[in-house]
Parts: sequence; C-alpha cells; structure tokens
Amino acid sequence: MAKVKIPENKVQELKDLCASYNNEPGELINVLHGAQGMFGYLPAEVQEIVADQMNVSVAHVYGVVTFYSFFSMLPKGKHPISICMGTACYVRGAEKVLDEFKRHLEVKVGETTPDGKFSLSCLRCVGACGLAPVVTIGERVYGRVSPEDVKGILGEY
Amino acid sequence: MNLVKLTIDNKPVVVENGTTILEAAKSIGVRIPSLCYMKMDDMNFENKPGGCRVCVVEVEGRRNLAPACKTECTEGMVVNTHTVRVINARRTVVELILSDHPAECLTCAKSGECELQDLAQNLGIREIHYTGEQSHYKGDQSPAIIREMDKCIMCRRCETACNEVQTVGVLSAVNRGFESVVAPAFEMDLDHSVCTYCGQCVAVCPTGALTERDYTWKVIEALVDPTKTVVVQTAPAVRAALGESFGMEPGSLVTAKMVSALRKLGFDYVFDTDFAADLTIMEEGTELLDRLNRHLNGDQEVKLPILTSCCPGWVKFFEHQFPEMMDVPSTAKSPQQMFGAIAKSYFAKKLDKKREDLVVVSVMPCLAKKYECTREEFSVNGDPDVNVSITTRELAQLIRNANLDFASLPDDDFDQPMGESTGASVIFGTTGGVIEAAVRTAYELHTGKILEKVDFKELRGMEGSRKATVDFDGLKLNIGIAHGLGNARKLLEEVKAGKSEFHAIEIMACPGGCIGGGGQPYHHGNVDILKKRQRAIYEEDKGKPIRKSHENPFIQELYKEFLGKPMSDLSHELLHTHYFDRKKKAEVE
Ligand code: SF4
Ligand code: SF4
Ligand code: SF4
Ligand code: FES
Ligand code: FES
Repeated sequence: MAKVKIPENKVQELKDLCASYNNEPGELINVLHGAQGMFGYLPAEVQEIVADQMNVSVAHVYGVVTFYSFFSMLPKGKHPISICMGTACYVRGAEKVLDEFKRHLEVKVGETTPDGKFSLSCLRCVGACGLAPVVTIGERVYGRVSPEDVKGILGEY
Repeated sequence: MNLVKLTIDNKPVVVENGTTILEAAKSIGVRIPSLCYMKMDDMNFENKPGGCRVCVVEVEGRRNLAPACKTECTEGMVVNTHTVRVINARRTVVELILSDHPAECLTCAKSGECELQDLAQNLGIREIHYTGEQSHYKGDQSPAIIREMDKCIMCRRCETACNEVQTVGVLSAVNRGFESVVAPAFEMDLDHSVCTYCGQCVAVCPTGALTERDYTWKVIEALVDPTKTVVVQTAPAVRAALGESFGMEPGSLVTAKMVSALRKLGFDYVFDTDFAADLTIMEEGTELLDRLNRHLNGDQEVKLPILTSCCPGWVKFFEHQFPEMMDVPSTAKSPQQMFGAIAKSYFAKKLDKKREDLVVVSVMPCLAKKYECTREEFSVNGDPDVNVSITTRELAQLIRNANLDFASLPDDDFDQPMGESTGASVIFGTTGGVIEAAVRTAYELHTGKILEKVDFKELRGMEGSRKATVDFDGLKLNIGIAHGLGNARKLLEEVKAGKSEFHAIEIMACPGGCIGGGGQPYHHGNVDILKKRQRAIYEEDKGKPIRKSHENPFIQELYKEFLGKPMSDLSHELLHTHYFDRKKKAEVE
C-alpha cells in the first residue's frame, strides 16, 4: 500500500471529528462517513488514527470500511465512473460494459487511473432500471450503454 | 432463580431460565453437534454467532428448525435432536460448507483433530451434492502461525479469542459476502500486525485454517547432520499434555517417557527448560528484591510493581500496547532464551565446541516461542541461541514419524548438568506458578530464614486475575496474577494510572498459563483438560526432592563456575534483555 502522509492540521481536524462523537465506538460509522467527507477516501493512516481515537482495533475499523461499499480506501478520480450491477443492468450486459471500461482505462474495479482522471467502481441498483445498463460519471447518468459506446463516453472528458 | 421444565429426546430436564437448548441437552448427556459455537467457562470465552446451523433441532409446534446453541429453553418445550428432518438439515448444512472447502484432508495439518472433518464423518457424508465456485484468499506465513484461509468456515472463534479474551484486536471479519474472510487490518500479514503469537486463535480454530508453522523437518535435518551436536530442552507444560496426543488421559504426567522418546529420536543431550526456569527465578527473584529494597530505602525512581517477563507473547503485547511502560517488567529473559544462551556458552565450552556446532531445539507448549527465538537480540553473529522451537503437537508428530509406541516406552532421566530442576521450576507451566517459585526463593533470600511451608495455595487457581498477600516476615508483599491478555491489560491499566496496589505481578498470555498454550494438544473448548494439566503440574512439584530454585545444585555450580552471582555483569550479558517500542504510529507530516 502506498504510504500516505497526512498533514498535521488534518490530523487535528480528524481527532476533533472523533471527539464530536465523544469517541464513542458505537459512532464509528458516522465518524468514518465524516472522515471520508474530509479526505475523499479512507487511507490506512486515517483508519489508524480513527481506531486510536475511538479505542477500537484497526482491524475492526478496516472490517467496517470493507463491509460497506460506500467507503473507499482509494482516492476517487476527478471523474468517478460507477457502473450499475443491479439485476436489471446485469442481465442487460453491464458486465461487458464494465470490461470495456477496464480495458480502456487499464484499471480494476476500485482503482484510479495513474493520472488521477478516472476511477472505476460498481454500484447496486441506482433506481433507473428502465435505462439499464446504467453508468454514472460524476453527476451525469448514461443510460442503455453498450460496450461500443464506452470509447465515445470517455472521449467527453 | 427461575426454572423451566422441558423435554429433550423424551427425557425431562429442568434448567435455569436463559439456558440454551444445547446446554440443557449437554446437562443430561444428549450431545448435539455444533461447529461455530464454543464456550469456555472461567476463560471469558463465548462464541455463539449462530451462523453455521449445524446444531439445529426440532421444537414441537415450531415450523422452522431451531439452532440449539442460540435458542433458549422455555417452559414445556418439547425438543427432538435426532429426527430425520434434523439429520437431513445437518447434512445439507455440512455439505454446503464442504462445497466451498478444499478437500485436502489427506495432507492437512489439522487432519484427525479437525471438527469439520469429524462432523462430516459422523454424518456419514460420502458425496457433496452441491458444486459451486470455491473462494480463495491470500495465505500468510508468519514465523509462528500459518493462515490458510481457504479452509476458514467463518465461525469467528479466532476473533473471539483475539478480541474478547486477549484484547489484542488483530483479527476482524472483513469484506462482504463471498469475499468475506477473517483477517488483520488491511489484510496485512500477521507479521506486520500487532499479533503477539499467543496462538489462542489457533487453539480454538475448528479447521486447518489456522495452524502452527511446522518446523519438524528442521529438527530432522539437524538430527541427521553428523557435524552437529543437537541439544533439546522441554518446557514444563509439555510433560503435562503430551500424553493426550497418544490417547492418554488428560493430566497424565509423561516426563520419563518423553525423555525416553527424545533420546530415541537421536538428540545428543536431553535437557530441561526447567533448569533454566530455576535460573530465571535466581535472576528475576534477585531483581525483585533489589527493586523492593531500593523502594523501602526511599528510592523514588524505582519501578514497582515488577512484572514477570518469561512469556514472549506477553512481552510482544506490552511492546505494542504499552511501550511507555517498558521499564516496568523484569529484564530477565524467558527460560527458553536463558537456556539457549547458557547452552551456547557454558555448555559449549564444557564440550569444547564452538557455539555454531551446537543446535538447540526447544519443545514448547507455545507458538510465541517460535517467534521469540527469531528475535535478533537473541543471536550472536547470526547464530541464534535457540535454533528451532517446536510445539508439543510437533513433538508428538516426530514421535509418530519415528514409529515409537509412546505408551510403552521405558522411563528415562534427563542428562546433566542442564537437566536438573526443582519443583519450583515445574510450576512455571501454570498460571500462578512463576510467582510462587519466585516467592519461595525471594523469601529465603530476603529473610535469611528457611521457608518451611513451600505451598502457596493462595496463589493458585484458574480465576482470570487473582491477588494475594504474602508475609515476608513482617513485610507484606502484594502479589497480582493475570492470565489471558485481556486480564493482563486490566492490571496494566492500573499500573499505568499509578493505582496498582501490587509489588509484583505475574502475567502469562495464555488462559491457564502455558498449560493452555497455543502449541498444546487441542482442547476443543474443554476447560477440564486445562484443570487436569494444572493438577499434574502441581503433582510433579510435590514429588520433587528439591522445591526451591536456589537449592538446585547444578544452578549453584553454574554460578560458582561461570556466572558469579545473580545480576553479575556476565548474567546481565547472557540472561537479561531489553525491549522495543513497537507502537505503530500513523505517518504524519
Ligand atoms: S496469535 Fe494471539 S494475538 Fe495473534 S492473532 Fe492469534 S489470538 Fe490474536
Ligand atoms: S480462521 Fe478458523 S477460527 Fe477463525 S473464523 Fe476461520 S475457521 Fe473459524
Ligand atoms: S503463556 Fe506460555 S504458552 Fe502462552 S504465550 Fe506465554 S509463554 Fe507461550
Ligand atoms: S439494476 Fe441498474 S438501475 Fe436498477
Ligand atoms: S453451532 Fe449453533 S449455529 Fe453454529
């Protein structure tokens, strides 16, 4: 794992965040939610500081972070790409679309391109089944995406 | 107390309100198979996630089968534990588990001791009707423990051991669904984590997912190398458990047969770690008195309580978790390492050999010792004081390898000089034993009087933490004892807060002390086995002609010929150590 160093002032902010929940272990999810808001993602160091402050083990924090797909341990790209893997999208070929994104970007799910431009993730049903398969990039929603469309979509950014 | 009456397999039973069906059944001798469930009274160990559903039973009037380990008895309940429906459900559950389990029983380290294998055999499963994808996880080989997570059934007993009992917090369930697995933070290797190598996760794992790192081949290699003199030492707790591996009753003392087996295996010298335990008492006891006297003379700097330091699991625990208190524990090395240091200096010299020509093998109840002997400070120019550390289980393996019929081996005695030991050293194997041994010697050194009554019953027992006051001829010594790292943590927090009432504290990482070590024959959750081992240890102590460490004639000779006196310069060099701050800090700019 790449070493990430956190600036001192951010560490204080993070500690304050924990303190605002009284360092209460039961509030771990809320704290992590807030921390992800601060950093955009949850690198190992952030999890270590949170564990220390909240008096729980780092393994436990990591367990929670990996359980909820909302949490991410990798910095998001400038344009986060999400591909819906809900049932409707899946049966309409979402996997092929995903493969095409992976091929073009040369990253795996959960990763970010080396230039930091795109990151790739999967989602459960986003509630637009009528448009399946669905891809979102940042705030934009693309419907009825076919593998052939991928190159063009990426070209927009 | 509210009682409830119910019927299990047509037998009436009365239990306390809140009792589970599983426990109620057990109380009348009805065995319900279980897998994820494990409970050990006195050890603060209770794991009942209710996840595997192997323990299902039929409750009349209920539509669904009920997991016996999670379902509480109610008044008038009628339970059937072995109906066709129940048996079919259990078979289905076990087949489903097996459908995502590598079928490697023939070569698995846990074969014969595996609870999943037992279940499958007892249910007579000959075919698995479900096929699906097999999950694969990253493996992990630390110096002491091997994690083969493809064999994990997610019972989460290891988490309970590590987090609830030991409070080390290395393990957690991570990821979701098919990907989920028990792992350290960031799925790092154990070696990079705060793991103490206490091995309590291994001791409770039902399958081959967690096992010790096997070094038996290294021992065999040394034994067949004609250029090496191979010396073996055996820890006190081993003799009280090894017999179990050969079908003997728990609590059988097999010291003499063990020595015999080691000699047959081809070791050149069969010595005893107990000898080094006596040496530990000389050093640790002297250190205790030294600190005590300085304290009594008004020295404000001196650290009290003194904490024992013979358990490497405990040492690694405080190096990670309480590095600010590194000057509180005694600096005395563990008996394993004292033995190695003396074998490769004093004894090598006696043999007129170079230390490199000696191979020191230790047989330990312990997994942390495997790690301990790899610590850099315990070698000289790359040559470790203890070359290989194997467990009680691995010794049993070596004995089976050599086709020895253990039960019918003749009795044999340890070699001298490093095989002589006292009753004080034997009790090192159980919680309370180290401090009792220290008290026996410190009393006489401090008061100059003969200690008539050597049994300190007030220091014995199985409660997680205990305290007692011992009268040193007017000086009242407050003694604390903790076994299991969770209990140790509580005492440590008190010391840290300056609130500790103790002068000396004994700590052992494993519940029960070394008799419950991670390298002992598997107890499968049966605490009685530990209690029987403990009784065996006190029995051996009772039978010893000498029961105080400082009266061991070979220890006296060692000081006269070689070390000078306890805490001399040479003693410091060979028998004492220092600790390292292992607290991991997040990198901050
Ligand atoms: S060896 Fe001990 S500390 Fe390490 S993971 Fe197992 S239970 Fe936890
Ligand atoms: S590693 Fe062993 S004890 Fe831990 S969850 Fe898996 S099977 Fe259970
Ligand atoms: S209590 Fe004994 S067996 Fe357990 S880690 Fe310590 S030394 Fe090893
Ligand atoms: S399944 Fe993709 S939007 Fe519902
Ligand atoms: S033993 Fe009861 S659910 Fe696993």
